[in-house]
Amino acid sequence: MGDAPLMIAGKPYVSRLIIGTGKYKSYAENAAALEASGAEIVTVAVRRVNLSDPSKERLTDHIDPKKVTFLPNTAGCYTGEEALRTLRLAREAGDWKLVKLEVLADQKTLYPDMEETLAAAKTLVGEGFEVMVYCSDDPVYARKLEDAGCAAIMPLGSLIGSGLGIQNPVGIRLIVEQARVPVIVDAGVGTASDAAVAMELGVDGVLMNTAIAEAKDPIGMARAMKHAVIAGREAYLAGRMGKKRYADPSSPLAGLI
Amino acid sequence: MRLTVNGEMREAPDSATLAELLALLGIDARRVAVEHNREIAPKSLWSQRRLHDGDALEIVHFVGGG
Repeated sequence: MGDAPLMIAGKPYVSRLIIGTGKYKSYAENAAALEASGAEIVTVAVRRVNLSDPSKERLTDHIDPKKVTFLPNTAGCYTGEEALRTLRLAREAGDWKLVKLEVLADQKTLYPDMEETLAAAKTLVGEGFEVMVYCSDDPVYARKLEDAGCAAIMPLGSLIGSGLGIQNPVGIRLIVEQARVPVIVDAGVGTASDAAVAMELGVDGVLMNTAIAEAKDPIGMARAMKHAVIAGREAYLAGRMGKKRYADPSSPLAGLI
Repeated sequence: MRLTVNGEMREAPDSATLAELLALLGIDARRVAVEHNREIAPKSLWSQRRLHDGDALEIVHFVGGG
């Protein structure tokens, strides 16, 4: 099938699945899940080095940033200023410009604070960052983020870590229809069918963490997600049949005995 | 001199450089970023950057995250 690669900030990716690196039992399990998922981009967090045990194993011992694109995020940041500080450090640590901006509003919902997010996105774009932005499923803010120069728009399917699937397919669809940059559903996917539903809406990719990391068999779920994203994408490109209210026989009526 | 490193008080020899502090702490400098008194300290300047009593440093790296 002749699907074009997913282009993010000028770089092509064959896989349309992006996975997180949090909540796994170990970095080794995380690396195995990554392998099974076929993902080419992983989100990573920026945190203080452990001073009491600086030789503790590191994420980069298991996942090689030369082979996989590291996407530093601002998870845990509740103001634009904290997010900017985090990503400036990330750029210094990794020498990468591609980042994931998320500015959260409160701990109960981890819903994005869109006012802070938009302001921080503008600052980051001005400083030369390529910004993939976690956002609400509001098409108006999505357009503002795109106009601000973001490299990808990443609306939530449902709340982070909730596994509630795609709660607002109409909103996601509106964002897809207007966007000229990749749209990636970020957060809310619980199982493979959720990922397929997202892809069938025409989004360019899906980002998930908990659905894989907290599955009983994370590596098996990573493989399932790989297939679900491919299946959803191919179904979207193939174009689904029209819905009808009544039955329509599949066998010809002519020549019935 | 006394420094605040990642929120903890640490002693370091007077006028140590940033590179010397990292070595003293046993930190592998690959893919680490440092903030010195809230300003990014570029890696290329670590060996010349002198620290002073009361300085605050944040030393960060990448960890698993969503």
